Order: sequence, then structure tokens, then C-alpha cells
Amino acid sequence: MPEFALPDVGEGLTEAEIVTWRVAEGDEVQVNDVLVDIETAKSVVELPSPFAGRVGALLANEGDTVAVGTPILRIDAADVADPADPAPPADEDASEAPKNGVLVGYGPRSEILGSGRRRRRVTRAPRSSEPDVPAPVSVAALAKPPVRKFAKDHGVDVREVTPSDPSGIVSRADVEAHLALRHTNGGSEPAERMTQEKESGRERRVPIAGVRKRTAEAMVQSAFTAPHVTEWVTVDVSATMDLVDRLRGDREFADVKVTPTLIVAKAVCLALRRTPDLHARWNDEAQEIVFPEHVGLGIATATDRGLLVPVVESADTMSLSELGRAIGELVSTGREGKLQPAQMTGGTFTITNVGVFGVDAGTPILNPGQSGILAVGAINRRPWVDEATDAIVPRWVTTLACSFDHRVVDGEQGSRFLADVAALLSDPVRALTF
Amino acid sequence: MTLPMTPQPGALAGEHELVQLLSPDGTRRHDPRFPDDDVEREEVEGWYRDLVLTRRIDTEAFALQRHGELGLWPPALGQEAAQVGSGRALRPQDFAFPTYRDHGVAYCRGVDPANLLGLFRGTELGSWDPQDHRYGLPQIIIGAQTLHATGYAMGLLLDGAVGHDDPERDAAAIAYLGDGATSQGDVAEAFVWAASYQAPVVFFCQNNQYAISVPLERQTRVPIAQRASGFGFEGVRVDGNDVLACYAVTRTALQKARDGGGPTLIEAVTYRMGAHTTSDDPARYRTADETEQWTAKDPIARVRTFLESEGSTPEFFGAVEAEADALGARLREACARLPEPDLADLFSFVHTDLPPELAAQRDDVVAWQALDERGAA
Repeated sequence: MPEFALPDVGEGLTEAEIVTWRVAEGDEVQVNDVLVDIETAKSVVELPSPFAGRVGALLANEGDTVAVGTPILRIDAADVADPADPAPPADEDASEAPKNGVLVGYGPRSEILGSGRRRRRVTRAPRSSEPDVPAPVSVAALAKPPVRKFAKDHGVDVREVTPSDPSGIVSRADVEAHLALRHTNGGSEPAERMTQEKESGRERRVPIAGVRKRTAEAMVQSAFTAPHVTEWVTVDVSATMDLVDRLRGDREFADVKVTPTLIVAKAVCLALRRTPDLHARWNDEAQEIVFPEHVGLGIATATDRGLLVPVVESADTMSLSELGRAIGELVSTGREGKLQPAQMTGGTFTITNVGVFGVDAGTPILNPGQSGILAVGAINRRPWVDEATDAIVPRWVTTLACSFDHRVVDGEQGSRFLADVAALLSDPVRALTF
Repeated sequence: MTLPMTPQPGALAGEHELVQLLSPDGTRRHDPRFPDDDVEREEVEGWYRDLVLTRRIDTEAFALQRHGELGLWPPALGQEAAQVGSGRALRPQDFAFPTYRDHGVAYCRGVDPANLLGLFRGTELGSWDPQDHRYGLPQIIIGAQTLHATGYAMGLLLDGAVGHDDPERDAAAIAYLGDGATSQGDVAEAFVWAASYQAPVVFFCQNNQYAISVPLERQTRVPIAQRASGFGFEGVRVDGNDVLACYAVTRTALQKARDGGGPTLIEAVTYRMGAHTTSDDPARYRTADETEQWTAKDPIARVRTFLESEGSTPEFFGAVEAEADALGARLREACARLPEPDLADLFSFVHTDLPPELAAQRDDVVAWQALDERGAA
């Protein structure tokens, strides 16, 4: 008793409405007699009968919206069997779909078309424990194209990968396992491993945008334009710490957040007065080195948005309390995420306080267009040799690291600058001599 | 500026005579430019059979789509005379480059209609040998086949297969195209090459008035046949619903091509009575009145009227009808039995010498199939 499943009459339709039945139960129909009008998203269409016989049942009502592939009519009378429906072989799986299916987009197509091989392949669930499944040893490289590409991208020959599925088809997981094995065995390629994690969804994906993107661009531009030299010096800053303590109690500094960074900033301004090369700018286009009149002091600041470098304009003209207020303002504005672009331009030298992260020093990368940057390490109590007594005493000690653009600055100027900063922090009274 | 979006009155400004040898009321006349005195009743009976069987192939396939057996079908209803008339004018050594709608030409060339069903069922990968019937694979890309035909015709020139006054040896190509295709750059290029090389090719344009939903007025301001003169060859406008005229005009053009006389553009004025394809609803862009007017010009009815007046018997017509019914039943059965394509065939017919990369892929496919067989065993 063949059934007529609603066909897709318009290339990709998923449903249609039953508009008018042209036949009733019990009617005799010939092949291609019109059975029903249906309305699709595209048009009203007459459906002709694929079968001859007596209408056994209408399986949908007028007005119903029916999914493509749903039986809508049953024909009784087997006298005109569908020629597409040869008697099934005795060994066919009884659970298989009826054979009078339709072609497009759904339905038991392979049953109509033929080969038991295809049908078996499609319908049989994988049974990995099945002992009689031949091991896929000799057939090379059975893998879907995306898996092949994945393997190729990671330098893996799919033929080397052992498939876990008895079908012998190499899956992405198989390639991943192969990669992991290679990783473990010492043939590691970390980059591949990372890609793999990303591919397998174990890694978070963050679009490169905003501050991250600009930072990256700036760092690449700087690192591959300016030849960096980094020098460092370890210095006893106990006197600076004393000064910080004293200033915190000073009325003039009541509204200023006095930190060692403030003293460093002042020391940088003073040292730049003596060695202005450290904030001179290499102008490649004009083929000249530009010495700015004043210090635009950049303060590298970690914010929720990422690394920002607000600039204290004319920092060298400020008193210590003015400088402290300016830095405090910029830093808090930055942490609130409210820095305007203008507040981040005009820098001629940058201080980055990596010490707040608990590290001793680093090799900072210049802000593009600048020729010097100073990294201040953590200020810790460390054993120090007292030069007067030759005794080891506990002191506040830090490490300063200064990178400079060797196109502008030679070791002589760079070293002098760094030594000056160190001397000022070691003995702030020396500021009187600048 | 606003473009006028309705057809302009008098859009087809030029005058171009329409060749008609059998009027819609079944009256036959002759035209000395396109001689058909040799065409007798028996031959016209044969064409009548061709027309009826072509229409049955087409309507049966359309119904098979509605049964859910085909993904798509582009009906040729109403265009049978243009296809059969031109198709029967071809000689065995000629080569036809068709579109996807030229089922009647395929039939005339001896292509099994089941192969056409396979194309639209997705079981035929286009792997039949075009040389078997000198009938190319139906071209989906609009107008591209005109270049193929022109290139083939230029090949005929290089092979020296033209101009020997030998009807068994001289050959021509015919490119089928529609009115919409005439707006394609490919077609213009084909016209240029064909004209400049005097290639033995006939461009047979079935002007069925619509490019899907776009009316003829959007393709041209002059009769399509008139286009040819700009390229430097002859254009002929023929009643595309008149199988006698289509035959005579095409035969004359093909012989001119075989004789070395160069290309001809034939505009067969016809009407697509059905939808563009089974996915299309023509009621959205044309009126029932218009379709009705063309029903009166049906290409089969006029031949039947003529044959009845010439003495063809009811038995003849009954036999053709019975043959058509049998063909319909055979097609339904053949459609259901179309075999699944062998994927490995994908590698079989493109390269003469298969590149190593493709050979490796083919071997993988074969190995996969073998594994599949083992898995099913």
C-alpha cells in the first residue's frame, strides 16, 4: 500500500499547505491524475499521482501545513505496484524505511536507488566491538576533507594516523591524538599544540581589537624599527623610601599620592636635563634628530582595557607636588577607563613600573617614536654591602632597566642617564646638584 | 533618473519578416529561399510523432518532479516544433550544443531520455560521451555553449571538414540558446569569432519571450535575428511553433555552414507555455490572456490539422498516442531504476592523462568503496 510523501517541488522547500484535495477516499486514480493542490512558499502547485489504484486514505487535511517528506495519501490496490519498488530481498533489515520514498532533500533515497551497500553503510550504527570488522590497516588515508586539511595544516600525513573507528576513517580526534603523541614523544611543536587546542575548543578565542591591537601594532613597529639596547643597574633606594615617608607627612603633599614612582619620575626629568638624548626623537623622513623642549613623561598603566600610557605634559617644569598630582590624576583616570586619546600623546619618555607585579627588572620596549624607557623593578629589602663599614646590611633595593634607541643614543649617554637616575634615587639630595 | 519598469510600447522597433510554412490553422505554403518541396507527408508524420513524444518526455518528467523523483525540471512545453524542426535538420556528422531545456533536440539526436532524467535526479554526473550522439551535455551556464559550438566549428575548419560539396563529409555545429542568452557577453564573443572565421555554426535561438521572469523587452529593442547583421552574418526569423519552417530554415542554414558560407542566427519565435522550471510560478509575471493567445498557436495541433487534411489516418494518431503512453510508463520505470553514480567516474572523463594528484584521489575513492563493500559484507 504505497504512500505519497509530500515532495519538495521547489528546490529547498521544507513544507507546504494542503489547499484542496482533488480526490476522496475510495476514488480510483490513474498515474498523473491530479491528487491535490498544495501551496508552497513559492506558488500553488498541483501534485499528480505517482500511483494508480484506489485512494485508501487522505493523511492530511485541507489547511494543514505539512513538512516535506510526510506521507499525505495512501493508495490501496497493489495491482499497479510502483516499479520503483522491487520486492525486498529476504535478508533486508525489516526496520528500514518504506521504499516508496521521494528524492529531494529527505526521505529514503538510497532505498529507492538501489545498492544494499549504500543502505547498509548509512543505516548501520558503528559497532566498535564487532570482531569481524576488518582492521583498517592497508587502506591508506581515509578521511574527510576537513580532517585532511587539519592534518595537513599540522604537518601530519593522515596515512600515519591510526584511526580509532573500525570503519578505518581517520577522524579529527585521531589526528589530535597523533599530535599529542608526537608532542609527548619530544617531537613537539608548541605552535601546533596551541593551534590544536584552539581547534578543539579548549582555548578561548579573543578577537584582536582595541587596546590589544594597538599595543601589538605599536610594539611590533617599535621592536622592528628601533634597535633596542637595554642596560640595568641595581641600586640602594633606602634614602628615596625615607623621602617618600617624609613627604607623606608633609602638608604640601597632603593631597598627593606620594610613591617611589613619583621620585623616579622627578629623577628622570632631572637626568633628562643632563642627557636630553634619551628623549630625542629619530625622524627618519626628515633625516634629523629632534630634541623636544620639555619632557612629556609617559606613565605605563595597567588598566582593564589593557596597557595604556598617559602622558604628563611638560613634566620637567613641575614641582614635585605638581608632578605627583598630575601622575595621580592620569593614573586614576586611566584605571577608570576614561583616558582621552589626547592624554596619551606627546610623550617623549616613558616610565614603566614593573615592580608592582613583583618582578625585579625587564627589557622594556620603547614606545614608538620615543628613544628611551625606564623600567622600575620591585623595591625589596635585600642584603647590601655598606661601603663605609664593609658590613652586609638590609636595605631597600631595586633594579632599574633602561632601554634606548641606539640610532639616537649610544652607550655613553644611555649609561650616564641611567647612572644619574640611580644616583638620584640612592641619594635624593644630589638633586640639588642638577 | 527612474528606469521605466514596464515594457515600452513598440519596443521591438525593427521589422523582420517571420518565415512561416505551416500556419496555425494547418495551411502549408512554400518559400523558395528555404526549399522543402522534398518534405512529404510521411516525413511530416514522423515529425508529428517526434513532437508528441517530445511533449510526453517533457510532461512526464515534470510529473516525476511533482512525484518527488526529480530535483528539478525545466519544461519545454510549447517549444517542441523549434526543437524537433531544427533537430531533424541535423545530419549525423553535425554536432549540437544544447541548453538544459532542449529535450526535443536530445530526443532527435537519439539521447535516451532517461539520461536527461538522471541529470535532474542527480544520478547522472554528466559522464555520457557527447560523441555518442554528437550532442553536448546540457549547458546550465547561460550562453556558454555558443562559445563551445563556435570553437568546435572552428575546429571543423581546421580539420578541413567544410566545403567539399559532400553531404556525408561536410559538417556543422549548432548552438542552442534562448532570448535571455543574447544579453550575455559569451554570446557576443561567439558571434564575433564565428563571423570573423566564417565558422560553420548555426545559432538557433528559441525566443520563448522570457528569461525566467524577464520579458523580451528587457533583452532587446530590435528583433533578435536583426542582431546578426551587426556582426556581419545572416539572421533569419522563423515561426518557432512551425516545425516545417524550423526544419527548412535550419536545414538551409546548416548547409550554408557546411558549404563554407559561415554562421547564421536563427530566431525561432515561440513561447514557453510552462514555467521556467518546476520551481517557478509564471503566474506572477505574465497574464493568463497572454498564455491563452499562444495556446492557439500550438506547435502540435497545426501539424495534426495538416496531416488530417493530407489523409493521415486515425490509426496513425492512435498509434502515436499509444506509443507516447508507453514511453511515459517506461520513463517512470527508468527514472526509478537510475543507478547511483560511481564516484570514481568523476575522474574518468576530464583528463586524458590523469594527473598524479587526481590519480591518488581516485585510488582513495576506490579504496573507500572497497572498504564500504567489506563493511557491508
